[in-house]
Amino acid sequence: MDFLATIGLGHYLVISAILFGLGLFAIVTRKNAIVVLMGVELILNAANINLLAFSKYNGGMEGVMFSLFVIVLAAAEAAIALAIIINIYKTFNTVDVSSIDSMKE
Amino acid sequence: MTNTTYTVIFYLFAAITVFSAAFVVFSKNVIYSAFSLLFTFFGVAALYVFLSADFIAVTQIIVYVGGILVLLLFGVMFTNRIMMTDLKTDVLNIVPGFILLLAITGGLIYTFLARADWYTGTVQLQGSVVEKIGFETMSRYVLPFEMASILLLLALIGAAFLARFDKSRNMNDK
Repeated sequence: MDFLATIGLGHYLVISAILFGLGLFAIVTRKNAIVVLMGVELILNAANINLLAFSKYNGGMEGVMFSLFVIVLAAAEAAIALAIIINIYKTFNTVDVSSIDSMKE
Repeated sequence: MTNTTYTVIFYLFAAITVFSAAFVVFSKNVIYSAFSLLFTFFGVAALYVFLSADFIAVTQIIVYVGGILVLLLFGVMFTNRIMMTDLKTDVLNIVPGFILLLAITGGLIYTFLARADWYTGTVQLQGSVVEKIGFETMSRYVLPFEMASILLLLALIGAAFLARFDKSRNMNDK
């Protein structure tokens, strides 16, 4: 009960573990490429929560700076991944990742 | 703010984050997933505020909600012909997926809470972190900062190049 009442490092780690598991589940089970991308975003958010939680309870600034760079890279990754998905859709007329099985048209 | 209200608000935002993330994953409709992801991002931003990283929270809202989520919605709209297909998405590997979900989450929580003995510093981050981010960006992290800006520029040029309107192929389709 005492663990539940006072918010500590463990709470944030539990939330990030759940988000990571859900993101992995989306990547493994969904067939739509865009939902797979959403799973990747969930995993990046879980990593960010971990970095910021460790940074807060350690008193340093390293985690904060790393999470800032993670957000920048997530933006770049989302733009590139969407461009690739649109190209896949132009070529195959589907975004179903399990039916895309050739490297050329 | 008393300690009890702090705890209650924390659990509220934690519940919003976790349940909307679960809805993203388990919903069959891609549009519902995308809009549920909005609540996940807002919940995570609120958790960042609890971690006294206010600048990161605002950046999260601007970049994720204003940028990435709109991009994802554009992707959904582009890749589903609105009138022809329903926006449902199939699932595969459902049983291995559940086993992986439970094993990874349970294992991580067990490791984080029971096995790991985290070192916590004597001082925690307090108050606003904006000024410190400014100092760090311009002193220790100036090279990664510039590299991130170049990478972002290259990535956006590459994305615009990849997704550009291809006239010849489009003519053939029609």
